[in-house]
Amino acid sequence: MTLTFDSFRQNKSAAIVAAVGIGLVLAVFPFLVGSTLGNSWLRILDFALLYIMLALGLNIVVGFAGLLDMGYIAFYAVGAYLYALLASPHFGLHVPVWIIIPAGAVLAGVAGALLGAPTLRLRGDYLAIVTLGFGEIVRIFMNNLNAPVNITNGPQGISSIDPISLGGITLAKPLTVMGITIPSLHAYYYLFLALALLIVFVSIRLQDSRIGRAWVAIREDEIAAKACGINTRNIKLLAFTMGASFGGVAGCLFAGFQGFVSPESFNLMESVMVLCMVVLGGMGHIPGVILGGIMLTVLPEFFRHSAGPVQQAIFGKILLDPEALRMLLFGLALVLVMLYRPAGLWPSTIRRREFKGESTDVLKEGE
Amino acid sequence: MKPTLLIANAICKQFGGVKALSDVSLTIRQGEIYGLIGPNGAGKTTFFNVLTGLYHPNGGELLFEGHKLQASAPHLAAQSGIARTFQNIRLFGNMTALENVMVGRHVRTHAGVVGAVLRDRKTRREEAGIHRVAEELLHYVGVADRAHDLARHLSYGDQRRLEIARALATEPKLLALDEPAAGMNASETAELRVLIEGIRNDGITVLLIEHDVKLVMGLCDRVAVLDYGVKICEDVPAVVQKNPKVIEAYLGGSVA
Repeated sequence: MTLTFDSFRQNKSAAIVAAVGIGLVLAVFPFLVGSTLGNSWLRILDFALLYIMLALGLNIVVGFAGLLDMGYIAFYAVGAYLYALLASPHFGLHVPVWIIIPAGAVLAGVAGALLGAPTLRLRGDYLAIVTLGFGEIVRIFMNNLNAPVNITNGPQGISSIDPISLGGITLAKPLTVMGITIPSLHAYYYLFLALALLIVFVSIRLQDSRIGRAWVAIREDEIAAKACGINTRNIKLLAFTMGASFGGVAGCLFAGFQGFVSPESFNLMESVMVLCMVVLGGMGHIPGVILGGIMLTVLPEFFRHSAGPVQQAIFGKILLDPEALRMLLFGLALVLVMLYRPAGLWPSTIRRREFKGESTDVLKEGE
Repeated sequence: MKPTLLIANAICKQFGGVKALSDVSLTIRQGEIYGLIGPNGAGKTTFFNVLTGLYHPNGGELLFEGHKLQASAPHLAAQSGIARTFQNIRLFGNMTALENVMVGRHVRTHAGVVGAVLRDRKTRREEAGIHRVAEELLHYVGVADRAHDLARHLSYGDQRRLEIARALATEPKLLALDEPAAGMNASETAELRVLIEGIRNDGITVLLIEHDVKLVMGLCDRVAVLDYGVKICEDVPAVVQKNPKVIEAYLGGSVA
């Protein structure tokens, strides 16, 4: 009901044309980016896809079920470390990726349920504080599980992780398919895109189902949801599990792509970042969350790349360190979005009405 | 005599030192409209909350259709056939009216994550059924024309009706209404009365908390009166009205 593609349902041919068009754009996009902006932006694009998966996972917990999870990055860490331990010289294991990724989804899902279980009675601020603690616990575990038995290699992290290879073909080297050479970053892009699309598909299906309605009901009024016969304990755990499993998949891909994991990649700032993607994009609205994921990955990089040259052009020299300036500008961008589009950049039609319907609402909507 | 639907046996509920319910026992028979009245703070809503599993009683037990109801398990109460509305309407405000009623079908449907993702034939059929029943219920209570509006944008009376539709969607055997006529004008109350009678005629037993004495006395087959957590009277309306304890509870002081 909240999907923007709704209008397409009446018009099948328009839907097919749109799908083919979007598919073509997505297919040639990495070549376009690679040839105009270079490989660093191609990497950013790959990361944007990983963050979209994370944001969609967190959207189930925060956007649908209304459970404010501040430690979501822990599940990304679980997936990443699982891949790192099972496919690297660290233990000498080289398990194929088609086993690791489902295992990562399951393990992260279990972790989600385990972390969710003690928090079932909590809501809002209290839940945020507890999940924040859980997120840190996972990171600190990874940091310290190098003694007495070395499992995670502590703060040094695990390196030389096997690149992702599918059916014996590694994505780390350029591939040649039917005479076309696909560079490594492009190959990763297609793999990430495929999994991101799968996660989008699952999210849409879940949203528009009995389970999705139960999640929203809990978000809206937990007591009324209970009175309607919803087993809120199970349905909340299911939200934690589903959300975490998406994070686990993204974590596996991250480890294989990066070739290196360390606890530093999973700090609180990352959890906050993913939460920002969900909130700024438009909580509970899948296209909005995707947009949020793209914006928040691309914007800081854009500021990083542009802060230096722009200063050079205006002042003739670099006054402020671009690295410091980019977070400043990024923060400003976040404040502006929340002021002018409080429901998010691309909220669902219902949520937009929700914000507009308030007669006491003094905030402007930048329509 | 009609068969018994619900037996409440010596229900106690304390909040700290306050005894909200002390040894409240009542019997509700199938197909009747049973009124629960009493002054403010008498423990009526507390009884509802114990009945629907939101509160854990300190003592006593509930037998529904001869089976013991598990305490503090609201979803099990709904599953065994007890549905309720709330004194302060509790709708899912940012869902449409239709979606609100569809949530009510949750307890009678089964699709899980796998079904939702694969959307197999069984799930599609179930989903179509949910949709159909929800629309029928909106018609039944008379808010069908607002089906696609957000619940919070409905008028007060429509919200009350929508909440009843959502409760009916769980296919209850016992429908517990907590002050459904509160804040309604005379014509709205008259419509509500027709609705409640219709629900009873469809075979659903109704438990009614209400302050509108005229409505209770006109509608209910039997009435129980609570005062300070104690049941002081249980009988047909005509007898209850004349009971000196009831008059005392309502007017205060002794009636000489």
